[in-house]
Amino acid sequence: MRHLIDITDLSQDEIGGLLQASEDIAARPGDYADACRHQRLATLFFEPSTRTRLSFEAAMQALGGSVLGFSTSDASSTAKGESVSDTVQTVSCYADIIAMRHHKEGAPLLASIRAQVPVINAGDGGHAHPTQTLTDLLTIYREKGRLDDLVIGLCGDLKFGRTVHSLIAAMVPYANVSFVLVSPRELRVPDYIREMLTQAGSSFIETEDLEGNLGQMDVLYMTRVQRERFFNEADYVRLKDRFILDMDKLEYGRDDLSILHPLPRVNEISVAVDSDPRATYFKQVKNGMIVRQALILKLLGEAS
Amino acid sequence: MKLYYLLGLDKLDSTIAIIKNVESKKYGRKDIIKVDELIDLNVDALGYIDPRITVNIVQNAQLKEKLRLELPQTLRNIVRCKNPRCITSVETTVDQVFRLSDAEQRLYRCVYCEVAPDREGE
Repeated sequence: MRHLIDITDLSQDEIGGLLQASEDIAARPGDYADACRHQRLATLFFEPSTRTRLSFEAAMQALGGSVLGFSTSDASSTAKGESVSDTVQTVSCYADIIAMRHHKEGAPLLASIRAQVPVINAGDGGHAHPTQTLTDLLTIYREKGRLDDLVIGLCGDLKFGRTVHSLIAAMVPYANVSFVLVSPRELRVPDYIREMLTQAGSSFIETEDLEGNLGQMDVLYMTRVQRERFFNEADYVRLKDRFILDMDKLEYGRDDLSILHPLPRVNEISVAVDSDPRATYFKQVKNGMIVRQALILKLLGEAS
Repeated sequence: MKLYYLLGLDKLDSTIAIIKNVESKKYGRKDIIKVDELIDLNVDALGYIDPRITVNIVQNAQLKEKLRLELPQTLRNIVRCKNPRCITSVETTVDQVFRLSDAEQRLYRCVYCEVAPDREGE
């Protein structure tokens, strides 16, 4: 039984296969309209989501399947104290595949151990978000035509930003990829990410200077400073506005820069940037649905 | 003495000898715990505490077996994850599992949240 809990569960070949499948789905959506007829996706979302949950549901419906589930833990027996283990074993009786988002890190991994169907991690705490990474990889691939030989800038909350952790893990194996990690000192990447970069021999710098480093980037991945990951409101307020991308800062970026953001955005990218041709974050949203279609097909195909 | 309690030796009725600061060719000095009965040993726990530990099993005054320990690849229910964000903090019946992340640093990480066992979330 295959699951997708962390982006490293997929080999580079498999990621390449998913990107190719995504291109085919984008070009010929009608060919896939009945691919998952009579199959059900359960979306078990224990914490809020707009894009990811709707993206999974739209993806399954675009494949001819149906969806069931819940969008907050209050709407399930978790409110009565039911464990993730029991929830997943129950839902395995109703659905062919599960997409789970949970505020506790490692919950989808636990679910994959207990479930009788494939489990997809739709985000676990501040830890990982592998389908966002597939979305990000597809977007980079479509904008740049490649995943190697790139300078990737990541800016904002690199400590609690699970999309950042997953994207770095995914890009490390590609040749000649270097990273510029821009963040306040308090929000640097966790130690295990730094260890991963060092052990892989990847080139990276950690800096608080966005303008000074923008000119060398092929991709700029902006992130939101996440209020819900802070235990202390005062720390959040102090840090949240430090790294905002606006048209003035964008002057330092090259014409072929691609600006990505996993969304939702608060104020870290000014609205004026949206109409700049380098802004790619709304194209990312569409790519998210397509790549989830490819992923659902792959995992259901292997399960059967 | 950490080992003495970890192995539950305080609860045994058999004869136990603790010998400290014995000369060692390899390490200069070593401590020895001698237990006068065969006990179940969690070699992973011992290897985690110190992979330099050696276990000699002696029967009828003859050395029957010598176990040289290694740093285990996996720890199961030996240490607990202290990260309050980890799923194991709320689902307490789940096994506590850590994988060896860096042998040189003797660094282990929780398989669920990837935090080290002596950290409360990085």
